[in-house]
Amino acid sequence: MSHPEQAEEFLKDKANAKWHDETLWFVRDKRDAVSKTVPEWEELRELASKIKDDVLSKLEIYLVDFETNALANGIQVHWAKDAEEHNQIVLGILEKKKCKAIVKSKSILTEECHLNPFLEKNGIEVVDTDLGERIVQFLNQPPSHIVLPAIHLKKGQISDIFHEKLHTEKGNDDPYYLTQAARIHLREKFLKAGVALTGVNFGVAETGEFVVCTNEGNADMGVHLADVHIASMGIEKIIPKREHLGVFLRLLARSATGQSITNYNSHFRSPAPGKEIHIILVDNGRTEQLAREKFRSSLKCIRCGACMNTCPIYRRSGGFSYGSTVPGPIGSILSPGMDLKKHSSLPFASTLCGSCSDVCPVKINIHEQLYEWRQEITKAQSSLNAKSISMKIANGIFSVPFAYNVGGNMMRGALKFLPDSLTYSNLNTWGKERDLPEVPKESFKDWYKKNQK
Amino acid sequence: MNSSKDHILSKIKSIQREVKPLPEIPGFDIDADLKSLFIQSIKLNKGEVISREEFKGLLAAQTFLKVYSRVEGFLTYSNMDLPEDPHHLSELNLAIVKGRFGVAENGAIWFEDEDLGHRALPFITEHLVVVLDSKDLVANMHLVYNRIGQDRSGFGLFIAGPSKTADIEQSLVIGAHGAKSLRVVLE
Repeated sequence: MSHPEQAEEFLKDKANAKWHDETLWFVRDKRDAVSKTVPEWEELRELASKIKDDVLSKLEIYLVDFETNALANGIQVHWAKDAEEHNQIVLGILEKKKCKAIVKSKSILTEECHLNPFLEKNGIEVVDTDLGERIVQFLNQPPSHIVLPAIHLKKGQISDIFHEKLHTEKGNDDPYYLTQAARIHLREKFLKAGVALTGVNFGVAETGEFVVCTNEGNADMGVHLADVHIASMGIEKIIPKREHLGVFLRLLARSATGQSITNYNSHFRSPAPGKEIHIILVDNGRTEQLAREKFRSSLKCIRCGACMNTCPIYRRSGGFSYGSTVPGPIGSILSPGMDLKKHSSLPFASTLCGSCSDVCPVKINIHEQLYEWRQEITKAQSSLNAKSISMKIANGIFSVPFAYNVGGNMMRGALKFLPDSLTYSNLNTWGKERDLPEVPKESFKDWYKKNQK
Repeated sequence: MNSSKDHILSKIKSIQREVKPLPEIPGFDIDADLKSLFIQSIKLNKGEVISREEFKGLLAAQTFLKVYSRVEGFLTYSNMDLPEDPHHLSELNLAIVKGRFGVAENGAIWFEDEDLGHRALPFITEHLVVVLDSKDLVANMHLVYNRIGQDRSGFGLFIAGPSKTADIEQSLVIGAHGAKSLRVVLE
């Protein structure tokens, strides 16, 4: 299904859609407030952007440095060219340890690799330990947001699934009560786990260490009690130096949730005595994206989710409508690179307002890349649909000043008299879920002329 | 040889890219009262900064059955030794540890292996008390990494507050998987 079709599903529950929109906007507001307490905020974004530019320009060097240093620290390093190889490496480690269960903290990369269903097919019990991820795992759903995995659910639904799975009181939807039930349930899993898997926020080339950030402490509860820690890391997660962590940790949580820093920021440099750390460096399409010059900078993403929280389309269509592991604006420029045909509607799921680029902590020009993808996709598509016809007409108008002036006068007249049946017809997909603004009596240009002096 | 490694590296090498230079990172130091800024940051993170007297009051008012301390001057509060296996910390009610540095802008406190005994300690304990010297406060994350330098600890950790989550309808709940409270004794 395309994005508009799935968005239509999401919008059927109007109250929920409104809540979703407002809640994410609230998170965006918190991000604004906290970023304004840092006078050098814009300078930090610029620094972060430049560090990541440097990383992508010398990626092969940093990866080798990282491996060399990690090996010297006693970490075992694996390389996986695709999802299949990544999953086989994880399974291989589990088999070697004769382990039939794994506890996982949040890792978007393992979602991308579809690790959970692969392991389950091979008889491994997989327990996601981030509260939001455990909730969606119980419901057999993927996360709908990369930072807030269960943001699409209301507490009543969570209460119901906890009643079924954890035998909590029927109808008790108190968030504290439900969280404590999950705490007790997952503590048992942590204490029994032999192998724990985490994602990676940053890998530091100069030291061979990697950093994992959480608020709940679930990543650490898993790895410090287990004998084996597996860390899955996309190759673009490398940063050159330890001092660069200062820049990224100042930006990450503030951009993500409006906190000044995540609660727990763990730096793994070597395994504790008698334990093992394995790191899997995963490509899975990243080198292809690196080769696309126009889209290269999408690999600078630090997965804060700020572009989702601010996006008028994401907020009003929900994460599932994108049908890709990473939803929202950043997902819409990453996913077409993975599978152009499957994700061809995503670059059109945007107003191109540019808010995503404005909040991005590493200054990715997301909205410009969305526009670039549209051109790539339009080139690749031979058949036209209704949306592209109205887009084409608009393109024609805006590109010729004379046509714009004449067209504006005509439209101001016409909008008053056009029946809704035409404005909101299926031919004009923009009419859906949108009211047209009241039409001004004169154009800004006419008003300006009249009011000069 | 690892063929996937070669495959990935040679793919990257084949891509023509303009070399971009690394920027210098300024310290962004500020002229402010670090202590009051730190106290405010910890409060925002739902932790609490207390005095040694208040700490004593806490122990008198609340029963902590199992207490483990690693901090000089607080060792008498300990009623157990560090077990060899961290799983045996699962019933621990209170851990008292020493922080190396505190960051005023966000309340983050830095620990290394030596400070924790077991890496699991500050997570598995029900409540956490951190003892911190106010002369170890720095303004921001850049300055704290300068102070930490290239220390060779196998594990390093910033803790900024008690374990928390907002995964149920964005309602903040303190006490997800880790410690349910964080108190900092700032001396």
